[in-house]
Amino acid sequence: MKREEILQKYTPELENILFILHDLQDNNPQHYLSKEDLEAVANYLNVPYSYVHGVATFYSMFSLKPRGKYIIRVCESPACHLMGSSNIIYELAKLLGIGIGETTSDGLFTLELSSCLGVCGVAPAMMINDEVYGNLTPEKIRQIIEEKRRER
Amino acid sequence: MAEMVKLYIDGKEVEVPKGTTILEAAQKLGIYIPTLCYHPDLRPTGACGICVVEVEGAPTPKRACCTPVTEGMKVTTNSKSLRELRKGIIELLLSDHHVDCPSCPANEKCELQSLANYLGVDMNALPKILERKPLDETSIAIVRDPNKCILCGRCIIVCNELQTVSAITYTNRGFEAHVDTFFSMGLGNSSCVNCGQCTVYCPTGALTEKSEIDMVWDAILDPDKHVVVQEAPALRATLGEEFGMEPGTVTTGKMYAVLKKLGFDVVFDTNFAADLTIMEEANEFVQRVKNGGPLPLITSCSPGWIKFMETFFPDIAKHVSTCKSPQQMFGALAKTYYAKEAGVDPSKIVSVSIMPCTAKKYEARRPEMRDSGYQDVDYVLTTRELVRMIKEAGIDYKNLPEEEADELMGMYTGAGTIFGATGGVMEAAVRTAYWMITGRNMEKVDLKVVRGIEGIKEAEVDIDGLKVKVAVAHGLGNARELLTKVRKQLEETGESEYAFIEIMACPGGCVGGGGQPKGSDFARRARRGEGLYKEDKSLRYRCSHENPAIKRVYEKFLEKPGSEIAHKLLHTYYFKRNIVSGEAIEEVTHKH
Repeated sequence: MKREEILQKYTPELENILFILHDLQDNNPQHYLSKEDLEAVANYLNVPYSYVHGVATFYSMFSLKPRGKYIIRVCESPACHLMGSSNIIYELAKLLGIGIGETTSDGLFTLELSSCLGVCGVAPAMMINDEVYGNLTPEKIRQIIEEKRRER
Repeated sequence: MAEMVKLYIDGKEVEVPKGTTILEAAQKLGIYIPTLCYHPDLRPTGACGICVVEVEGAPTPKRACCTPVTEGMKVTTNSKSLRELRKGIIELLLSDHHVDCPSCPANEKCELQSLANYLGVDMNALPKILERKPLDETSIAIVRDPNKCILCGRCIIVCNELQTVSAITYTNRGFEAHVDTFFSMGLGNSSCVNCGQCTVYCPTGALTEKSEIDMVWDAILDPDKHVVVQEAPALRATLGEEFGMEPGTVTTGKMYAVLKKLGFDVVFDTNFAADLTIMEEANEFVQRVKNGGPLPLITSCSPGWIKFMETFFPDIAKHVSTCKSPQQMFGALAKTYYAKEAGVDPSKIVSVSIMPCTAKKYEARRPEMRDSGYQDVDYVLTTRELVRMIKEAGIDYKNLPEEEADELMGMYTGAGTIFGATGGVMEAAVRTAYWMITGRNMEKVDLKVVRGIEGIKEAEVDIDGLKVKVAVAHGLGNARELLTKVRKQLEETGESEYAFIEIMACPGGCVGGGGQPKGSDFARRARRGEGLYKEDKSLRYRCSHENPAIKRVYEKFLEKPGSEIAHKLLHTYYFKRNIVSGEAIEEVTHKH
């Protein structure tokens, strides 16, 4: 969907700013908000450019940098931490060859941390885009990543 | 009558109107509560937490700056736990602060420094966690040092609410939180108009001017260079207070003396150029009145206002006077008229200006400001930078014997001197426009209705039967309000109720400029303005057209106001600018 069409779905009121930003980001194959996106939002809502920048950087779910096709968010809350999330992060970083906040050079994966995903019963857990994965082990991680690589 | 509330602070009874904050009530009693993010000119945000006080019955301490009083409230402002809390906040701030006080431009003016000293803070109480971040040096006028920022938010309120420029805001959150421009492009690539109000309100050295002190020292010490200096009207009403004199004390003679002592070859005065600006601008006004517009005519002396207009109101550019600011008129004449009269090679002239302003740094480097064949003004120092130079040179300013300016471009009238206060340009222009229209001086030259610190002032001026409605706005928020009204009138009827409008970017006019000493509030700005009006009253000539040096420059060089050579050297044109980046898009008015 084009940027203008997305904006037109919402009335130009400030209370819609988060919905608009989410919609723009979700419609971008690289899952991010470009400078042009933020400019368009500021113009549409008639607020300062710096203001939109402030909102977009305040929330960690928004990114101003292009991200991978698959965004992996590993839960870093206490429950997952106790169940070994740091091993999961280590395994992912090794497997993908990237650090936290980085994107693989093939543009497939971005590795991020997340606050509680609300699935402590299956800790340690992570999300890939909108899908939740629980009871993770290094072995399971390797299978999931392999699967995603095949899906590309 | 407002409803009154009675409360007790440190056991003392006080009665204040409902809605008063604890801090204001304490001030009324003369009780000092330390503050850091709070500033009397700005809306309190409670960002820093230094002003915490204990309120009987409340489970946690309250922030005095933003807690309204209630009936019977019992407040304690000083206790062991409060002192520890306050100390703890300062220690945390210092653990993440680049502490280089001796060489920091905010030294002795820094509110963090003085508070740390006042509260007896141990510098090494906490380990340093500072990660050095790069400075924002993208702007010609202003440098932002995130390593000294304490996130008090004053600059953000000033930029967004007082000036409505909105170049900066809070970005990210938590440990990552910092002040930034749109898409982190830097101040130089933003809508920033260089007004510099953020540098005046910043309590630390996080926002300062881009210093040109070293270049000026080099020029002074270079025997090959002929260094000419001009000083803005507001300087003479400000320098004194930086050296222990009462705010508003006018020290013109000492100002000349100190500049000679610092080694400038020739000391002139921007006030001369202010008189010249009036000749050109009053003439432009009279011509526009006679030739059917376009009216209103809007003043053009304030470079922060000019960039603001180019960015947010390019559609009214044709209403803005084509006159350059006094600084740039002076610059164009220094390397032509003065060079010729004094027999100096203009390529050897270094033209320095000392301004209460950061936007002048930007203005001097506009590519169109080269009508003398050279960059008309080479270096611009702020008041703060001059104060640093005086201290560096170890000069006892307060006890310096007075001296005179050099004559050719140093003589000025009262009309020139009041340029530094809001309403001053309007008043000066009316004095000369009256003379241009009627051939005689006004009986009473004082135009008190346009003086004072009120945000938008309106008046009707009677020029020998010709009734002219004028308006004066200072501070860009007020300018935006007034111009939005004017724009609407122009769109709806093709004309505006106003014939002449003065706009200054900074609250109070140049005496409240962005290059003025840190920490000054509206009240102090008003006192400096009063100092200038006092000087105006004491001068022999009070109208620009009476200035003998102005008469001479027209006789010898410029012919008459609005002449071809005057247009070449003293007038300019404007651009439309990109609101995101501040870049010029296209010319919206053109040079004659």
